[in-house]
Amino acid sequence: MSAMIELAGIRKSFGPKHILKGVDLVVARGQSTVIIGGSGTGKSVTLKCVLGIISPDSGAIHVDGEDVTHARGRKRENQLDKMGMLFQGGALFDSLPVWQNVAFRLLQGARRKSRQEARDIAVEKLRRVGLTPDVADQFPAELSGGMQKRVGLARAIAAEPEIIFFDEPTTGLDPIMADVINDLIREIVVEMGATAMTITHDMTSVRKIADRVAMLHEGVIQWEGPVGEIDTTENAYVHQFVNGLPDGPIEAIR
Amino acid sequence: MAVVTQIQGFLAAIGAAVLGLCQATGSLVLFAMSGISHVFMPPWYPMELGRQLIRIGYFSLPVVGLTALFTGGALALQVFSGGARFNAEAVVPNIVAIAMTRELGPVLGGLMVAGRVSASIAAELGTMRVTEQIDALTTLSTNPMKYLVAPRLLAATLAMPMLALIGDIIGILGGFLVGVTRLDFSPGTYINTTYNFLTAGDIISGLIKAAVFGFIIALMGCYQGYNSGRGAQGVGRATTNAVVTASILILASNYILTEALFGT
Repeated sequence: MSAMIELAGIRKSFGPKHILKGVDLVVARGQSTVIIGGSGTGKSVTLKCVLGIISPDSGAIHVDGEDVTHARGRKRENQLDKMGMLFQGGALFDSLPVWQNVAFRLLQGARRKSRQEARDIAVEKLRRVGLTPDVADQFPAELSGGMQKRVGLARAIAAEPEIIFFDEPTTGLDPIMADVINDLIREIVVEMGATAMTITHDMTSVRKIADRVAMLHEGVIQWEGPVGEIDTTENAYVHQFVNGLPDGPIEAIR
Repeated sequence: MAVVTQIQGFLAAIGAAVLGLCQATGSLVLFAMSGISHVFMPPWYPMELGRQLIRIGYFSLPVVGLTALFTGGALALQVFSGGARFNAEAVVPNIVAIAMTRELGPVLGGLMVAGRVSASIAAELGTMRVTEQIDALTTLSTNPMKYLVAPRLLAATLAMPMLALIGDIIGILGGFLVGVTRLDFSPGTYINTTYNFLTAGDIISGLIKAAVFGFIIALMGCYQGYNSGRGAQGVGRATTNAVVTASILILASNYILTEALFGT
């Protein structure tokens, strides 16, 4: 199986704080890889490096065989056209109604569609994530947290991306809603045949949506393997994290 | 030894402040140049531009109009009583017209719009930064500098001269109303004096100033909001900084522009 996303020796520091100290990770095409790790260990920074929102200090990122480490302008946009991202807080544009949020990419740029066509696609995607068409004309602030997550998911998949990123998809949701969102993510990723990269610290989520799991701690990937092995691995970091133990190599106070 | 350390500490503090100022100036200038370049390079977002023109221009009309009306009126009273000291009460229409068009229309209007628009742009963009909406724009293949910053810069630069022009008219009207009702000017004389006295240069210089002020207003709002710190406190600070820096830059650039336009 070929690699869709390949990170090699990614380093990133913010002033004196060294967040990433050489991250190596391969995400295979069509697979769902979940990066786990405590708060503040650089999961989000890793994701933002792949998206190009943050530029790494050193190392190389390849997406679909192309070097995108410091890609800018048109080249970066071409890369981003293949990607969809679900943000932790939804990051919906609160000045736009729901359907324009979902169809945002379809209403801008070179491959723009007509408003009616874009709206139809938006309504269809909203239905796919379990929302009724009457939500389309509401504004994001009028929706509950769970519904905002769904709209965010609809926006991420609106342009049929090959790669989807999920930033803590279940954070801030009640357990039932979290389970529904996990199922939805799993279904959509499978049916679209997309490659998924998720960061989370919710182990229920990991077991639901992951094919492979990578453990990030202290700025490096400490362990990487199939989701079935997270309970049996000898790796002390994974063992401590998965079981939520106070004692182990991961310090409780970070 | 203690004295030496104290002096060193003092000098270090000055140095740090100067370096910080240089750094802030540099990043502001880079931000401004990037913003301007995106105004001229496609893709453009005409819908966004229209929205901002209405928000920055149209909705600022009441504020600018009221400011100009009362300023014009007060000015007429002041010039009358001041002029009375050397028997020059008759210059009220002239002074009101020249002061409104050259100085007070653009400057007071600019300061009022700075309070209204810089703050709201900074709060909006700051919130968008904090809630990752600016990052979300990037992931949707949309450059935030083009989609958010360029339309606001252009809209404010276009709207502010219009507002200043309306401010000029309402300000002169304020002077006229006070002149006619309180200072015994005849309406015809007042209007004639104003009309014959004003030159195109008086008005155009004020509009040039207003365009620069409009740019400053949007620039400071965008810059502070775009680089907002985290959380509610970060957005609050960005908003305050936007209004304060925009106001100071307006007053400073007003002096420089006046020197350039009228200096000998």
